[in-house]
Amino acid sequence: MRALRFALLALARDWRSGELAVLAVALVVAIAALTGVGFFTDRVGQAVEQQAAEVIAADLKLQASRAPSDAWLAAADEAGLATARTLGFPSVVFLGEDSTLVAVRAVSEGYPLRGEVKVSAEPFAPAVVADGIPARGEIWPDSRLLARLGAEVGDEVALGAATLRVSRVLDYRPDQGAAFVDLAPSLLMNLGDIPATELIQPGSRATHAVLFAGAPAAVRAFKERLKEDKLPGERLVDVAEASPQIQSSMDRAGRFLNLSALITVLLAAVAVAMSARRYVRRHLDNVALMKCVGASQRLVLAVTTTELALLALMAAVAGGVLGFLAQEVLAWLLTDLIRGDLPPPTWQPALLGLATAATILVGFALPPLLQLRKVPPARVLQRNLEPPPLRYAAAYLVAVAALLGLLFFLVRDARLVAWVAGGTALALAVLGLAGWLMVRAAGRLRGGVGVSWRYGVANLARRGRESVVQVVAFGLGLMVLLLLSVVRGDLLDEWQASVPADAPNHFLINIRNDEVDAFRAFFTERGMTEPELFPMIRARMTAVNGTLMEERTLEGDRARNFAEREQNLSWAARPQLGNRIVEGRWWDEADRDRHLVSVEVDYAEELGLKVGDVLSFDVAGEPLEAEIASLREVQWDNFRPNFFLVFSPGALDGMIGTWLTAVHLDEAQRRELVALVRQFPSVSIFDLEAILTQVRQVGDQGSLAVQYVFLFTLVAGVVVLLAAIQSTRDERAWESAMLRTLGASRRVVMAGVAAEFGVLGVLSGLLAAIVATIAGWALATQLFNLEYVVDPWVWLVGLLAGLILVGGAGLLATRGVISQSPIVTLRRG
Amino acid sequence: MSKEVSSPEGLLTILDGVSLAILAGETVAIVGASGAGKSTLLALLAGLDEPSAGEVWIDGQEITSLDEDGRAAVRARRVGFVFQSFHLVPSLTALENVMLPLELAGRRDAREAARKALEEVGLGARVGHYPRQLSGGEQQRVAIARAFVTRPAVLFADEPTGNLDTATGARIADLLFQLNAAAGTTLVLVTHDRGLAARCGRVIEIDGGRLTGGA
Repeated sequence: MRALRFALLALARDWRSGELAVLAVALVVAIAALTGVGFFTDRVGQAVEQQAAEVIAADLKLQASRAPSDAWLAAADEAGLATARTLGFPSVVFLGEDSTLVAVRAVSEGYPLRGEVKVSAEPFAPAVVADGIPARGEIWPDSRLLARLGAEVGDEVALGAATLRVSRVLDYRPDQGAAFVDLAPSLLMNLGDIPATELIQPGSRATHAVLFAGAPAAVRAFKERLKEDKLPGERLVDVAEASPQIQSSMDRAGRFLNLSALITVLLAAVAVAMSARRYVRRHLDNVALMKCVGASQRLVLAVTTTELALLALMAAVAGGVLGFLAQEVLAWLLTDLIRGDLPPPTWQPALLGLATAATILVGFALPPLLQLRKVPPARVLQRNLEPPPLRYAAAYLVAVAALLGLLFFLVRDARLVAWVAGGTALALAVLGLAGWLMVRAAGRLRGGVGVSWRYGVANLARRGRESVVQVVAFGLGLMVLLLLSVVRGDLLDEWQASVPADAPNHFLINIRNDEVDAFRAFFTERGMTEPELFPMIRARMTAVNGTLMEERTLEGDRARNFAEREQNLSWAARPQLGNRIVEGRWWDEADRDRHLVSVEVDYAEELGLKVGDVLSFDVAGEPLEAEIASLREVQWDNFRPNFFLVFSPGALDGMIGTWLTAVHLDEAQRRELVALVRQFPSVSIFDLEAILTQVRQVGDQGSLAVQYVFLFTLVAGVVVLLAAIQSTRDERAWESAMLRTLGASRRVVMAGVAAEFGVLGVLSGLLAAIVATIAGWALATQLFNLEYVVDPWVWLVGLLAGLILVGGAGLLATRGVISQSPIVTLRRG
Repeated sequence: MSKEVSSPEGLLTILDGVSLAILAGETVAIVGASGAGKSTLLALLAGLDEPSAGEVWIDGQEITSLDEDGRAAVRARRVGFVFQSFHLVPSLTALENVMLPLELAGRRDAREAARKALEEVGLGARVGHYPRQLSGGEQQRVAIARAFVTRPAVLFADEPTGNLDTATGARIADLLFQLNAAAGTTLVLVTHDRGLAARCGRVIEIDGGRLTGGA
């Protein structure tokens, strides 16, 4: 009780004197960053969870590229389960000559079995629960589709060969996907209208599904039957299976934001450690006096820890409030990526804030503060008596353990923690070394330029350790901002420039065998280049060298995905443009009667395939075997149709498939698409430019969010700077008084400070620009195969931002200190 | 000239109607008990502080009407200091510390002049050392070199031997008077040390903010 009273008094006194200001601000910034991200991921997580139950609009779903047999419907009916059919595929809708890409969802009576469909009378108007599904001849497009098409409720639109009337606006359907958007707008229609559209033909790219729902026991029993008897290529999806995928992608995004926030926490911790050291130095006399008049070590300890606990609580509340506001901004930045309203956040992230505050204080402030307990009371007589020096190794061990604990709490993955900790330690060590070299090199530049410059640069070198921390802190923050703004923009531009102007910008798929000649003629008749058509046959790989796929053990999600999903097979006499044989050989006339296949090299690697292996496929029930003749490297980004599996001519004869092509259409030619879709209703069109624009927007918003989180890192960097300035405040005050006693004007002293922080800022900017350039080069040449051109903006922006941010903040923070009257020098002497 | 400061108990008079003239080339010691106002007097004479009433003239220039930067400029040209606790800038080497006032006065030959001054005080071999690498006596020699290097009209010394042992203190005092005699500088010295005071041409006593002798 007595400790609490003393702690409250101490807190009030320290607060008034500004002693705790930097420490408190550092804590608040760290907590705001972490809880901001925490609140946001919590909201998205809740949204995903809420949707998980309805995400498949049923309890169980059987999906395949061909319609599952009606026998399943009858069997489910017998088992007392409700059923419905759905069909999803991409297509194009027309209103007059305007067209847009759409994700079509056709459903049968009874849909949805779980959750509700919501519709409205006008686009973006309040929604109500729909009674049933669209009537025959009607569609329910979503608001985005109507907006893009410029259509209104009541308009008639063309979908394939059918003309359908817009009767309502689709607001929500349960299985529309997770919080993150699919690219195209969507429409809901009656499954009964599909034949009239003529869009779905054998081999068409579509997802058929049967939905089942009922009592849990009945569903479980039926699921076992389905597992036993389902055809290869048919996939069973239940709620448990549908949600982890979404959950894990959300988890990954959340972890990334959390790691960004954690860098802020790390910097804040450094600031807290610095402030705590200064706090201790300034409280030695007080504590000695308290002990002199009879305070026990225990009381000193109790007062210190209670004061810290109170501070943690206050910072957690302030940081939590700020974090809550920050997450609103984060949600707003990502508006377009998140569909629908997010549920309000829970309290859990606020607790995380409190835990963070406690962790930082215990790890970084407590060890130096505990020294106060050991202040010898004789200090009141002899001021040079000090507590025994802090054992830094032990203190930092506590701090590192505390941080690792926090990190584990955030990501809940020991391996990831190990990687992140190791990677961060390595990165910080490298950056620290670079910073140290820079500070040392700058120290050598002090001669010759004048007294202000020499004084400033000498200071930088003298406060070497603090200078390195600051260079690294600002360098890191600036580097991330540069990477996400300038370098990312450069890479995108570079990539777009690397795409030739006449590169295909439309993919046309689902061209029927009997339409091929007419399709070619469609183009030549209109004076356009005859498109090169590629055969495409859907098939599932069943065995490698006679070993069934189910019996092969595969490492990783990608490999399993490759093995399970249906593949598009093609054949060709010559290798496609941009393909390079890396192993084996391409076929020639002599191979005419052999069944050979050329496999893309990554695909082969994932599935463990090599030249000479014999692959078995199931092509719509027909078996097919072929020997691997070669492995190919494919340049995927040239916008030409490419295939993992290309067969020799003749190998696929007699198999049912479709054709596809990629064409470049200019603005005028694009209008011909209306006629094309009318003549060939089954053909699906993908507008690559529209898709690329969407992808770019998603990327823009994502990186904006990360940049936003890194703004906190920069703020934390400023707090480290303030802490460093504060810890040298007495020294600086004395030095400036000294200089002025010797006749320096205020301007000369200010110029010295400006030199010190200017150089510090330029070094940070330099470090940021160097690392951003190396990272940009590595990304461009190693990952994207682009030619990397060093962008002068990276250097200009980096150096200027460093100069303005660090120079400005430093100058502002020291202004008060250096304008003290020189009389203090004599007084202290 | 007088100096008053406000305190919780009301206005406190530190210097009360002090009138004093020190001639060029004179050596003057200011002595008195602790709290008598010695340091305040020195601060006012050197233009480090402003009097509540009265004027201070240095080398023909009235400095009390100047602002802070104006007085700093006067100090840079005409005044040198030696302090009890040396007051060297820790981040600068001995040479750079001595160069400081020369550079502030805009002298181009700062490096050469500073090197010569350090040789004069017997530290020619230690120009590249930082203050922390020097003994107390050596630090005070650097401070003396720094004080004389600009050939100031007036040198103010505040307990120059106060932080040194007797033997070192005596050597430093010798150096101070020797250089002073050679340069013909006006020396104003604040000290407790009667022996040191006795080496000055005139001793001014101060008590309770008033001059009681020597003025």
